[in-house]
Amino acid sequence: MTTSLKAPEIGKQIQAQFAGAVIEATDTAVMVDSKSLLNVMAYLKNTAGLDFDYMTTITAVDYFQYFEVIYNLVSMVHNHSLTIKTRVYGRENPSLPSVVSLWRSADHQEREIYDLMGITFEGHPNMKRIVLWPEFKGHPQRKDYLR
Amino acid sequence: MLTGLSNNFVGHMKALPPDWPGNIWWHWVIFTVIILVFFLGSVIMFIYMERRVLGKMQARLGPNRVGPFGLLQAIADAVKVLMKEMVTPANADKIVYWLAPAVTFAPVVMVLAVVPFANGASLADLNIGIIYVVAISSLSSIGVFMAGWSSSNKYSMLGAMRMVAAVVSYEMPIVLALASVVLIAGSMSLNEIVISQQSYPMLLMQPLAFFLMFIAGCAEINRSPFDLMEADSEIVAGFHTEYTGMKFALFYLAEYGEAVVMSTIIATVFLGGWRGPFLPPWLWLILKVFFVFFLMVWTRTTLPRVRIDQLMSLAWKFLFPLGLINLLLSSLEVLAYPDGIPWYFIFANIVVGAALVMLMSRFYKVGGGRVAVG
Amino acid sequence: MTLRTEPFVINMGPVHPSTHGVFRMRVTLDGEVVVNLEPIFGYLHRGIEKLAEERTYTGIIPLTDRLDYVASMTNNLAYCLSVEKLAGITVPERAEYLRVIMSELQRIAAHLISVGSFFNDCGAYFTPFLYMFRERERIVDLFEMVTGQRLLYNYMRPGGVSQDIPEEFLPALQEVLKQMPLYIDEYERLLKDNEILYARARGVGILTKEMAVNIGASGPVLRGCGVKWDIRKVDPYSIYDRFEFDVPVGTQGDCYDRYRVRIEEMKQSLRIVEQAAKQIPDGPIRSDVPQLIRPPAGEAYGHLEAPTGEVGFYLVSDGSIAPYRCHIRAPSLMNLTALRDMIVGWKVQDLIVIFGSFAITMGEVDR
Repeated sequence: MTTSLKAPEIGKQIQAQFAGAVIEATDTAVMVDSKSLLNVMAYLKNTAGLDFDYMTTITAVDYFQYFEVIYNLVSMVHNHSLTIKTRVYGRENPSLPSVVSLWRSADHQEREIYDLMGITFEGHPNMKRIVLWPEFKGHPQRKDYLR
Repeated sequence: MLTGLSNNFVGHMKALPPDWPGNIWWHWVIFTVIILVFFLGSVIMFIYMERRVLGKMQARLGPNRVGPFGLLQAIADAVKVLMKEMVTPANADKIVYWLAPAVTFAPVVMVLAVVPFANGASLADLNIGIIYVVAISSLSSIGVFMAGWSSSNKYSMLGAMRMVAAVVSYEMPIVLALASVVLIAGSMSLNEIVISQQSYPMLLMQPLAFFLMFIAGCAEINRSPFDLMEADSEIVAGFHTEYTGMKFALFYLAEYGEAVVMSTIIATVFLGGWRGPFLPPWLWLILKVFFVFFLMVWTRTTLPRVRIDQLMSLAWKFLFPLGLINLLLSSLEVLAYPDGIPWYFIFANIVVGAALVMLMSRFYKVGGGRVAVG
Repeated sequence: MTLRTEPFVINMGPVHPSTHGVFRMRVTLDGEVVVNLEPIFGYLHRGIEKLAEERTYTGIIPLTDRLDYVASMTNNLAYCLSVEKLAGITVPERAEYLRVIMSELQRIAAHLISVGSFFNDCGAYFTPFLYMFRERERIVDLFEMVTGQRLLYNYMRPGGVSQDIPEEFLPALQEVLKQMPLYIDEYERLLKDNEILYARARGVGILTKEMAVNIGASGPVLRGCGVKWDIRKVDPYSIYDRFEFDVPVGTQGDCYDRYRVRIEEMKQSLRIVEQAAKQIPDGPIRSDVPQLIRPPAGEAYGHLEAPTGEVGFYLVSDGSIAPYRCHIRAPSLMNLTALRDMIVGWKVQDLIVIFGSFAITMGEVDR
């Protein structure tokens, strides 16, 4: 059974490692500051006992004042999972660091989030549109697209 | 006793003189008509047979609507193809594009000139028949390359390159197989080869040569499992991607024509051509041709396709050494028994042939693999 | 003296006899060797995720059919699992058994298509493909008996299934269960040890274990590399912990192993269906769920093992009758991440075989 790790404990662990990274640790997910995202992710992947080697999915949600990006991580070694969230403020040119260097499964997913939501990921080798054609203007999955 | 019986058969069917019925021009006209009727009729029947047999082996019906039992399907296809618009690609090399189907199709029919339909009944019973067959049949690869080049299409070019490489490679096993047969029969004329198969077909005496000829023949005429030259699922349609209308029909005809010709050569050389009791000799030839084609359809429907480098390595590393060894053994047999090899050598040949094939397949490694790309 | 060669770019366009669906690749070739590959997709993008924001929770189910259109029962089920997690709905026993039977039958049907088209790409001229379609017809007939549909079933609902099985279903199912193993043996006899298949698929397109885990692969692609990760075992959903079945795993991660994993999975699915058909109880087929479901505000991720891999739905709800955000985790999209690395260095014909062994469905990749 894939146990989901207790978010508050992990939140404390991450906070101990990187001060100021954790914004909030609810029952289900750990909210991380977007600037320390890459460090926290690397810590989660490489620490023994956590070993999150499999990234299942990245979701981006548009909450008008901010975008929330949700990372579902799974460890195949220990069979436990964790959800990490982060927020990006501003609608003009939101950007986040890319986790492609850690998990290549982020490759297509981050391109899709850029394509449909408009969040750029710095450090991504191929930040181009993926499901829409290159000359398309706008980001259709945003809540204010064509409203 | 066996030789006496078959001698009676040969004596019963006297050899037709080479200029029957007396005038060389009438001989030419009659046999041209016979060859064309045989060729076109066989092609139509082959197309029908392939589609029906393929369908039955694939748990479905083949074409069965047009005409009784779907027999007129090929004619319906021909009519459809004739009514299509002939589109030439803008960048194509016009003259070469136009000539390619003709250059591919013409040599195919020309090979049938030396095939005997009865004792001595061929358009021209050349005494270098085998050399003629091998030489002319390799001319159609020029037409294929012309088609691939002039289409100005990268897929066509890929297909044409593969075709030329494969045809040139598979000439060797065919020539070696036929050379062994020529040694045993004592002549290169196709009629003489059939006459020499007095008591038993050459298939029994030279099983390894039949094996080589069948495989190399399938490869020469791009039939599965070697049909990667026009592999539908890979390079769309290979060298004839850009051809429509009557030009495409000529390529299609040439493909089945090559199957007809290869089956006829195999039937003549290995199965004893027009030989057989009770039925007229041309009927025997037709039955044997259909039998060989049935074997080809059978392998097509069963086996997956090989890759181009595996195809080449099969020709050079597997079939070619086998052909050389076969030639060596046949020449030793002919040297030992210059008056005719006794019949009990059939068993020795079959056993030795099977053992050689097993041994070679043990040591034969399909090479090729991932190429390190910088 | 080396020959001067020049690489050229070929476009295996969206319409191609062997790309499974509308998938485009710009392949740079040096002779026959592939030097570079750039996949371009999006030709089947229908905006399902955005459409889902305007439909009720039950109204999204037909949309989920069209994701992996070859295996729509499992897509429906993944979505329903997600909604049930979000809204806290329980499912009655009979519905659970029906869900398992339908999912496993769907797995067999989808694998039949995958293996059939794999052989088509290898060049066996439609013969294995048509034989496998003959078997798929029997399963599709069973589905038609229950749902009336042959391809896009729209069968699962949050809280159960939409229709009960008619009386003739279970006897017909027993017939299929009796005859399927014989048919699978028939395929194995001719294809499993085929020399030409060995030459085409053994050692071709190897995906290493580390790379497979890193790219988020799942399904037969992951298990072919030797990683024993099947959602039905590691995170059992529905009632899968009550059934006995094995998870087949490959050794090398080449095309041959992926094909073997699929055939073995078919046999294991037959085992599960047999056990489920014996144990199925009577009872309601759907729990009492309102027509317009209003789950409490929150988020949930429901996933399952579909024939192509791990299908998941991440649902964000704000308490209204439509989800605020519905994100679909498409296994085919993840599996494709390693396409370039697996194909570079092989020949054009191997490209087709390797791509065919992934068995992706473009409906999932593009959504």
